[in-house]
Amino acid sequence: MTWLTSVRWSPYAVGIGIGVLSWLTWLISGKPLGCSTSFARSAGMIEKMVWGEQAALKPYYQEVKPEVDWQWMLVLGMVIGSFLSSLLSGDFELVWIPSRWETAFGSGVGTRFIAAFLGGVLLGFGSRWADGCTSGHGISGTMLLAVSSWISAICFFIGGIVAAYLLYGRIA
Amino acid sequence: MNKRKEQLLRGLIFGILFGFLLQKGGVTKYDVIVGQLLLEDFTVLKIMLTAVLVGAVGLRLFQSLGWAQPSPKAGSWGRNAVGGLIFGIGFAVLGYCPGTIAGAIGNGYLDAAVGGLTGVVLGSGLLAAAYPRLRAGIWKQGDFGKLTLPQLFKVNDWAIIVPMSALILLLFYLLESAGL
Repeated sequence: MTWLTSVRWSPYAVGIGIGVLSWLTWLISGKPLGCSTSFARSAGMIEKMVWGEQAALKPYYQEVKPEVDWQWMLVLGMVIGSFLSSLLSGDFELVWIPSRWETAFGSGVGTRFIAAFLGGVLLGFGSRWADGCTSGHGISGTMLLAVSSWISAICFFIGGIVAAYLLYGRIA
Repeated sequence: MNKRKEQLLRGLIFGILFGFLLQKGGVTKYDVIVGQLLLEDFTVLKIMLTAVLVGAVGLRLFQSLGWAQPSPKAGSWGRNAVGGLIFGIGFAVLGYCPGTIAGAIGNGYLDAAVGGLTGVVLGSGLLAAAYPRLRAGIWKQGDFGKLTLPQLFKVNDWAIIVPMSALILLLFYLLESAGL
């Protein structure tokens, strides 16, 4: 069982695992692997707590109900699964700043947290704008040969590569 | 156990497996994701494209057998291209995506758990507020509906899946040959 305790698996083995998992989610639950809708549902749940039931009347929350559903549980499960995997391999570690960020931008926790926050806002806004994320469009939709998903996935990487090159000063 | 609870439990179990796989793949880490966007480490692309290849072949077979009826998402240029680019910028600045941020939290990354998660939820809420205007405006630009690549090129599904798989395998061969 050393494979359970190893830190890294071949990316191809992981990819096969995710491919098979996507078969199972369709066969058993009739759903694609996807994540970003759950963050919109969470936003709606928070709005409901703060502003009451009327928040759920917003047109968006009429379509994306502010409630816990299959995908919300999937995302929660991902936190647990990653925790178990990292615990088994001894790879779990509380990290304030990723090493690559620290090398490039210094050890200021505030700077990293503000960047993570701002990046998160764009990510949340963009994923719901595009109607999917790296899993919903990038994996689940592209394997269904959807034009919407291929355009989205390609744009995720175009935007991401250009922004990363600018951020890391690779483009003068 | 009622149907709803059963479905939620299944979601949780699938999520545990998904998160486990992502962590073993190393993509719950900022360094690996940014390494991909800087085109230095191709782990993210290798995982995604392997999953796409395996998933596409399997799902198409299950569809033929009548075991699953997966349906593609509708879209438009205004929705997918513009939203995709906004997503991409956030992807690079945060260094996680909506799925891997969940994995990163489980892996112990506090920048994901504190700054990142707050931002993603807030960004999603902002989109919900802008939704009526976007839906009536830019999302209508270049609308193509639930179009698939086989429909676009007017060919059989396998006429896309087979060459797509071959291209993915060729890309893997080139990456491995280049030591990436």
